[in-house]
Amino acid sequence: MSNTSGSKQSAFDRRAFMAGAAGSALVPLTARAAAAEARAAAPQDPALPVDVTLHVNGKEKRLSIDARTTVLDALRDHLKLTGSKKGCDHGQCGACTVLIGDRRVVSCLTLALAAEGQEITTIEGLATDDHLHPMQQAFIDNDAFQCGYCTPGQIMSAIACVKEGHAGSEADIREYMSGNICRCAAYPNIVAAVKQAAPEIMKG
Amino acid sequence: MRPFSYQRATDPTAAVQALGAAAAANTPLTKATAQPLAGGTTLIDLMKLDVMRPAGIVDINPLAQGWSAIELKGDGLRLGALAKMADVAAHAEIERHYPVIANSLKLAASAQLRNMATLGGNVMQRTRCSYFRDVTYENCNKRNPGSGCAAMDGVNRMHAVLGVSDQCIATYPGDFAQALIALDAMVEITGRSGTRNMPFAELHKAPGSTPDIETTLQPGELISAFSVSGRWPRSVYLKARDRQSYEFALSSAAVALDAQDGTVREARIALGGVATVPWRAREAEALLKGQKFDDGLAQRVADAAFAEARGRRHNSFKIALGKRVVARALQQAVTMEI
Repeated sequence: MSNTSGSKQSAFDRRAFMAGAAGSALVPLTARAAAAEARAAAPQDPALPVDVTLHVNGKEKRLSIDARTTVLDALRDHLKLTGSKKGCDHGQCGACTVLIGDRRVVSCLTLALAAEGQEITTIEGLATDDHLHPMQQAFIDNDAFQCGYCTPGQIMSAIACVKEGHAGSEADIREYMSGNICRCAAYPNIVAAVKQAAPEIMKG
Repeated sequence: MRPFSYQRATDPTAAVQALGAAAAANTPLTKATAQPLAGGTTLIDLMKLDVMRPAGIVDINPLAQGWSAIELKGDGLRLGALAKMADVAAHAEIERHYPVIANSLKLAASAQLRNMATLGGNVMQRTRCSYFRDVTYENCNKRNPGSGCAAMDGVNRMHAVLGVSDQCIATYPGDFAQALIALDAMVEITGRSGTRNMPFAELHKAPGSTPDIETTLQPGELISAFSVSGRWPRSVYLKARDRQSYEFALSSAAVALDAQDGTVREARIALGGVATVPWRAREAEALLKGQKFDDGLAQRVADAAFAEARGRRHNSFKIALGKRVVARALQQAVTMEI
């Protein structure tokens, strides 16, 4: 992985891109945050931070970040919401799963900029003051983890799995939870937890 | 990840202008200075790996409003390119009239990735060849034209046996594209001079001597839709892989049949996991036409589908496996109740 600013060739390409795209009907990020209807004068300068407003667990969060920042890194490094875990950082393990709107996604492959204006729900947003979410309680009741590193992603994924209607059988749960890897192999207990919580979640 | 300039396109014209303006003549699409961002599941991944190095990203997700419809019109189908894999897979009418599409999508990736990834992005996904994905391997004709191919005499168990060249044996990894091939789908492309339609089969290019050029799409062009003529309820997607879920195909087959009482009127067969591009097995199809189906015929068709296959040290097993997948997919399609 590289954080260098690229070769001479790509520096030239970048100028060409910015010059070529200037004046087209695109909404620049900084201006978009400031004024929704603003037209692009020039694309965002990659060397400058970008202002972005994220909606996380019902709260509005204003950040000034590098355009490369993923939702996962915005959550963990900028908002100190470290419940979402970084496993592979390539969309393969599911440890970083969050809900965007009502959809489960891998936050490591989602740019924070691309999630602007959408409601993000993380593991920290599930419990109310006195009560765990039924899926959190079910994971405890069924001992559905050992080391716990994959658990926040498993729980976020499991809630969506139930709401999608994919928790009707053990086979369905296993198929539709396959994007969440558990290296402790707590799978039988995870399936049991999802089965336990499903009726309560479907009741609303 | 290298720095990039991010822009959000609010309409198709702005999107293709931004992508096209940055394009230098004769640049392969995969190396274009500006890349479109849809679901991001390939692009962001490959940018983190430093395999893709765009200076600019044009976020086309705002176009989803006009480009994500799932429309069954007359006896045909039109799918917007920004429709999410998960939404198309779960669509009741798609499941009923085009099971090969629904199942190719359901058996791909994970629930999270299917929620993110779009149909257009899915067909544009890059190979999973480990020598391509790891930039510390110097020899990759796809990444660095003329540098050689580390897979050729490396660990090539996952690599292609059909459509290979002496420059590249990287497998086309997707599933949905095979369904489109089997359904003789068309692809609609939006560029600066408007939209054009062409057979989906003309989108992907076999590696030949230019494995860095993967499609006929030009920088500044976007896939805006796919369309299929007719209903294909007798269609199957069968996928063999190393684990039961969430894995790329070792071998897959998309089969669409028009058959009655065991006699095949029309047959289309596409192969995945075994070829450098979504592969149409035309010679195999021809053997089925007008014939009464039985297991012997299935075997001859499967043999024909792999007649040109060339295995290497670790992937020759795919030829035997692929034949069984084709035969079984045909058996399933012939006997399915519709």
